[in-house]
Amino acid sequence: MLEDTSKLGSRAAPKPADPVALPGEEIADVTVGSKAEAYYTASQTRLILWRLRKHRLAMISLGIVIALYLTAIFAEFLSPYDYTARNSRYLYAPPQLIRVIHNGELTWPFVYGYTMTRDPRTLLEIYETNYNDPNYLVFLPKVEPYKLWGLVTLERRLFGVEGDATLFLLGSDSLGRDLLSRILYGTRISLSIGLVGVALSLVIGIALGGISGYYGGVPDIIIQRAIEILRAFPDIPLWMGIAAALPPNWPILRVYFAISIILALLGWTDIARVVRGKILSLREQDFAMAARLAGVKEHRIISHHLLPSFTSHLIVVITLSIPAMILGETVLSFLGLGLRPPVSSWGVLLQDAQNVRTIASYPWLLIPIFFVVITVLAFNFFGDGLRDAADPYSN
Amino acid sequence: MENILEVKGLKTHFRFDEGIVRAVDGVDFRIRPQGTLGIVGESGCGKSITAMSIMRLLPRSAKIVDGQMLFRYPDSRNIEQIVDLAQVDEDGRTMLEIRGNRIAMIFQEPMTALSPVHTIGEQLVEAIRLHQDLSKREARNLGIEMLRKVGIPRAEQRIDDYSFQLSGGLRQRAMIAIALCNRPLLLIADEPTTALDVTIQAQILRLIRELQEEYAMAVMIITHNLGVIARMADEVAVMYRGRVVEFADVDSIFHAPKHPYTKALLRSIPKVDAPRTARLLSIRGTVPEPFAVVPGCPFHPRCDVAVAGLCNSGEPPALLPVRNGHAVACVLETEESRRYA
Amino acid sequence: MLNHTTGQAEAPILVEVKGLKKYFPIRSGLLRRQIAVRKAVDDVNFSIRQGEVLGLVGESGCGKTTTGLCVLRGLEPTGGSVTMHVDGNAVDLMQLNRERLRTFRRHAQMIFQDPFASLNPRMTVFDTVTEPLRAHGVTDRDTLQARALELMELVGLAPHYLRRYPHAFSGGQRQRIGIARALALNPKLIVADEPVSALDVSVQAQIINLLKDLQEQLNIAFLFISHDLGVVKHTCNRIAVMYAGKIVEEAPTDELYAAPKHPYTEALLSSVPRPDPRHRENEIILSGEVPDPAHLPGGCPFHPRCLYVEERCKHETPALTPIGPNRRVACLRAEELSLRGMST
Repeated sequence: MLEDTSKLGSRAAPKPADPVALPGEEIADVTVGSKAEAYYTASQTRLILWRLRKHRLAMISLGIVIALYLTAIFAEFLSPYDYTARNSRYLYAPPQLIRVIHNGELTWPFVYGYTMTRDPRTLLEIYETNYNDPNYLVFLPKVEPYKLWGLVTLERRLFGVEGDATLFLLGSDSLGRDLLSRILYGTRISLSIGLVGVALSLVIGIALGGISGYYGGVPDIIIQRAIEILRAFPDIPLWMGIAAALPPNWPILRVYFAISIILALLGWTDIARVVRGKILSLREQDFAMAARLAGVKEHRIISHHLLPSFTSHLIVVITLSIPAMILGETVLSFLGLGLRPPVSSWGVLLQDAQNVRTIASYPWLLIPIFFVVITVLAFNFFGDGLRDAADPYSN
Repeated sequence: MENILEVKGLKTHFRFDEGIVRAVDGVDFRIRPQGTLGIVGESGCGKSITAMSIMRLLPRSAKIVDGQMLFRYPDSRNIEQIVDLAQVDEDGRTMLEIRGNRIAMIFQEPMTALSPVHTIGEQLVEAIRLHQDLSKREARNLGIEMLRKVGIPRAEQRIDDYSFQLSGGLRQRAMIAIALCNRPLLLIADEPTTALDVTIQAQILRLIRELQEEYAMAVMIITHNLGVIARMADEVAVMYRGRVVEFADVDSIFHAPKHPYTKALLRSIPKVDAPRTARLLSIRGTVPEPFAVVPGCPFHPRCDVAVAGLCNSGEPPALLPVRNGHAVACVLETEESRRYA
Repeated sequence: MLNHTTGQAEAPILVEVKGLKKYFPIRSGLLRRQIAVRKAVDDVNFSIRQGEVLGLVGESGCGKTTTGLCVLRGLEPTGGSVTMHVDGNAVDLMQLNRERLRTFRRHAQMIFQDPFASLNPRMTVFDTVTEPLRAHGVTDRDTLQARALELMELVGLAPHYLRRYPHAFSGGQRQRIGIARALALNPKLIVADEPVSALDVSVQAQIINLLKDLQEQLNIAFLFISHDLGVVKHTCNRIAVMYAGKIVEEAPTDELYAAPKHPYTEALLSSVPRPDPRHRENEIILSGEVPDPAHLPGGCPFHPRCLYVEERCKHETPALTPIGPNRRVACLRAEELSLRGMST
């Protein structure tokens, strides 16, 4: 930052303030370091990313979110079984542990097989681990051909076990389906419904919030009152009411979109509020007035000055409303009002864990909750970090 | 110690992720009983942080790392005490006894300093009863008397108003009433009129001066406005980048300044009573950003008389006396005076 | 600006503001019904000659900023006309439709008070200073680049700053960028709204000097809005004092400071704390506060605070009337009072 010393006057002749020098007072720091220059020429987006990168919890959360979405995309390949594949010999099989020590020796990872018997009185399944039967994990095993995204035919999955042996890392359900595979498949529905729902509510929210903030007056009053009324309803009964109106014989895809529309119809209010508030405050900003007085056209002021100024806030709101959507889907499906079996979503999976007796006997059926919690936390932590990075002075 | 407050080598530093900000980095001054010290400087020079250090009301990221703040006051049994405010516990009994009672403070924006959910009266009564053994009724009556004293019309009614119901000028008066209700020995006024219009500013400045006389208290007024300093202060400390660069009586500061920064500042302000000139004499450049480390004299990059090799390296110059009560932190000046001495 | 006593009188008039009014509705209740009006600007008249600097001074809430915005139609005035004489034509800004107003804006620009809010943090300096040019159809990259470099030199900023974003700059530097943007289209008039009051004392003089230099070099007329009587004294040829939405006095700068004719001007001048400890204790202290424009007193709006108030001041509203050449004052007792000015 420091100027070179040639600027300093000599001792003998102190230089008076130069009254005739034209406004040259500022041309001084040509010699700033390249690091400072990089900071000075960094756009807002880059500054936000720099700050975000320093936020460790947000970065970890971002990693988790990315991992979850990769899982959703490659669910078929990552899961050891098809999510509908039944194995009637292994109903309610408990999770198998991955081990690396067999007979006191370190080996390739494997799971012990088990044999199922029934309790003669209660008729409950009893699994006994068979410690003499290590089934080694195999990478990229050849399996029954299946289709990735319903398009690409593949013959291998990421991992599995050879032959007749089973691999139920998270146990199996009442029909002997692998819970891990079902959760991974469910990731696809649960996470994408969040995205689709948010995308829809974004459209509604920006449109209504934008109208409300930009035009003000009567439209503003109507929209604001509508938001207040919508927010005053308790969520679950309202969802239930709308969801109950869906015909039970609709195909899965239609139900899926209907659910995301329901979530969006109730979820746009937050986004609309942010958009309205931001537009109201930005319209009054001097730089918007400066652009107007410079003769910039109104639509350009909106697209070049107003919109870019709140994209970061919008991204934050979106990040924070996705988990609400995911929870919404989970709740609806759990209550049997959303998606229904044979589709697999986290909410649908949790339907199996609806009564105490089942949970007591087969506690692993609650594992999908863990995924819901991790996802919601990851989104929230990431959203918080992003908000701090986008607006470091807000708190 | 005859002075009411002596601050010696005070350093208050902030620790942020980006680095250390030496907000106050070697401040020396003293305040005489019933005297008025003006602290003048631009934004970021550390004048407010100095006040907050005295009141021990610093944010958590700040720490007093060095220096003394000796405060002399008679305690509750009327025995004279001298405490080093830098050493006492900021939430301890001594500080509670001093803050708001022996030393009171008023701020630039009374809207944020006053509570929005309590009436002026509630805040007055609370402040009074914290330090004086009075019933609620007595405290309220004292409060009304205080409001009258600071010139709030219809004080008996106004005492039940909330701060947002008052105009800026009345709000500042209410804050002065709260600050003075325990008859402090020292009033710290941090930019008390910056948010106000000139006609209101004149009212408030006169009020502070009148009350100072009546209450026989010392005042430390902090401002960036040289006009306010000239009108109010007996002695002046000029601050730049966390340091006092010049300390003198008010007449010397305005009519015989020694530090190049003081001189330049006085030259550059557009005065109402000076003949119009083609150009104002200005100080070049800007105050360096808080994280920047400037070796040598903090003012040298903007100084017109700085000497290479003398001003731009080593430790910042110390505040040294040049003649009776006039001290300056400039190597060139102190050498000069030594030569003539 | 050097020839502030002579020479200006001959310059032709650039802007004429007549009967300018801006009333804000005060609304209340669920249906936002209008219950009153706040007369922020009430029948303001003035004119500015080419290359002249007219100061508009007053305390907060007196309507000076609103006047500045209305002159440029940044705010839509409630009434009145703003006529600009450009290239031999007289154009009333109030009569222009949206598109013609947009193109006409190249003649009149604005400098803002807050250098942090007036620059878009997402635009580089280059984009900011060339935006007015692009808005008026200049798209050639080389032309923009050349003009941007020219502007940077004019306002005293290094050319390589063009690639930087506003967060790289201090308040003073940002204000220079704002000035460069205002100059981009070679305007005839610049409305400068408190251009130095957000700046540090040591930087104010730089910006005042810069504005003076530019004004002389480029012969731009300024409407210079400020609450700081020291600043306007050193920048303006002529000063109009506003109180409660009206101009109460208008005079050439030196005359106004030497011999004010309105009691408010006198009090305003004497309440400015002078940076000289040998000048204490002679200020006039006005009682009371600036009135709320929604509840103005009847008669002369200044009468509740006036030191020279008479019975008729409470009923009669004085009009802004000429007294002598180049001077106007709105006070019933202007002729008989002899008020204290600022001795230098």
